[in-house]
Amino acid sequence: MNAEALLLSLRLAATVSFFLLVLALPLAYGLAFSTWRGKFLLESVVALPLVLPPTVLGFYALIAMGPRGPLGKIWQSLFGHPLAFTFAGLVLASMLYSLPFAVQPLVASFESLDRRLLDASAVLGADRARTFLRIILPLAWPGFLTALVLSFAHTLGEFGVVLMVGGNLPGITRTVSIDIYDRVQALDYAAAHQTALLLLLISFVVLSIVYGVNRRVWSPWLAK
Amino acid sequence: MLNIHIRKQFRSNGAQPFILEAAASFAPGFTVLFGPSGAGKSTLLDCIAGLQQPDSGEIRLGERIYFDAARKISLPPQRRELAYVFQSLALFPHLSVEQNIRYGLAKLRSSDQVEGTQSIATAFHIEKLLSRRPAELSGGEKQRVALARSLITRPRVLLLDEPLTGLDSALRRSILEDLRAWNNANRIPILYVTHNREEVDSIGERVVALVNGRVQETGAPRAVLDAPRSVELAHAAGFENVLPAVVVEHRPADGVMRVSLDHAACEIEIPLGDAAPGTEVRVAIRAGDILVATEAPHFLSARNILPGTLESIETRGGMVALRVKAGATFQVHVTPGAVRALDLSPGLLVWLVIKTHSCHLVR
Repeated sequence: MNAEALLLSLRLAATVSFFLLVLALPLAYGLAFSTWRGKFLLESVVALPLVLPPTVLGFYALIAMGPRGPLGKIWQSLFGHPLAFTFAGLVLASMLYSLPFAVQPLVASFESLDRRLLDASAVLGADRARTFLRIILPLAWPGFLTALVLSFAHTLGEFGVVLMVGGNLPGITRTVSIDIYDRVQALDYAAAHQTALLLLLISFVVLSIVYGVNRRVWSPWLAK
Repeated sequence: MLNIHIRKQFRSNGAQPFILEAAASFAPGFTVLFGPSGAGKSTLLDCIAGLQQPDSGEIRLGERIYFDAARKISLPPQRRELAYVFQSLALFPHLSVEQNIRYGLAKLRSSDQVEGTQSIATAFHIEKLLSRRPAELSGGEKQRVALARSLITRPRVLLLDEPLTGLDSALRRSILEDLRAWNNANRIPILYVTHNREEVDSIGERVVALVNGRVQETGAPRAVLDAPRSVELAHAAGFENVLPAVVVEHRPADGVMRVSLDHAACEIEIPLGDAAPGTEVRVAIRAGDILVATEAPHFLSARNILPGTLESIETRGGMVALRVKAGATFQVHVTPGAVRALDLSPGLLVWLVIKTHSCHLVR
């Protein structure tokens, strides 16, 4: 098994899920609570990675990150090196790819909150920040966990986007799924099998956590 | 004094949009907001609390402007210094009773918070429940906690949206007594939404009747609810019989007028009202205000004695609902004992006895 590729994938998934949660939080808050009429457009953009082939997404990401792309230019001027085919580029593209997996569970958990609790908090004098910290966060935490875990698992297994944006540089952009592909191409089925099985197990465990938590958590505070 | 004058239109899929158009003043003390469901009572409270925005108009508490569409002022709910107990109560399920009550005191020092919580918990008899979660409380306890949580903030206006629904009347009376004691000490405008006649009678100093988004009547409970002026209000106020009628003649000397019911099926006498002969009106009569006799009654002061046929008998809880065809069809409520004593059965010839003053003119 290629430990280097596995570690890289884990590092990528952890980085992506952390930054994604930071990005998804205000997005989900807006989607759940705003009464803006054009909201459906934003919803469509957020859901786009669900239906778009990863290669299409990766292709546009690559163009944007390339030395003549807008993102690539900004990056070059800020950090003095190109963005494409680097770990940072991979993180950015993966965030885009996993965005719906972070936003949608958060929106669902926000929307399932009893609005009257938020009204009660406001009437009792709490500003939005306090309402968020004292009411929304503790009541919607299964949504946060689900968002975190799903974006982690989804990033761990991605292939198309990584291949387009990252290429196949050992230790920098060669993730497990690409490693598996390489092994199969080289007819080294035993090694491919080991890594694939490990990914399968990780995905299963992760999903079990998500479903288990969501099943149990809603009950203790609501009427038994 | 809380003054409101607002208009809010709701888009709907139906043909007619719902329009809330309310103007009213609320003095310190209890005002009951009464009306059929869907009349806009909760929406009105939401607008006062700042949880919904009216399209136009203004809301002010004394000199203080809560909302003024013309001057584009709308205080957020956090700054209106009012308390609102929702129909669902909206206790925070993940916080203890004590944390729920302290929630509105965030700006005070911790020691003051503890002190305030203790004293309000004592006043509302929930001092033993402070460490519990809302899911571990009974219905009445939840309602007391919700009231305590709202009142501890020393609001300048109190909005109560059917806060005592689903409680038995003894419990309701005891909570109302605590609330009345609090009101005597604080004297702020209290808007109390309820459908319950018993609550209206026990707290209402004034009633504001809201029908179809409009304030239809304001006055003492007896004046508004015992002589409803619209069909919707008559139904909401518990008048089971609201019958179409035509004024036949005025008899000013007797203080009455005769009306024919249900397309001239029968005639009765009702108190003199300001509807001219020939006008189509409606007459509201409570089912419990009609007497039933199995023989033609004599020597009675009641002016309306109508022979008819008992069509059906239906037992509902502790009372029995009769349907009697006496020209028009009347709903009559009697006790199960009366059914046995008179040996009532469908098809029986009966006489309905209705006092003139039990008949109310409705437009």
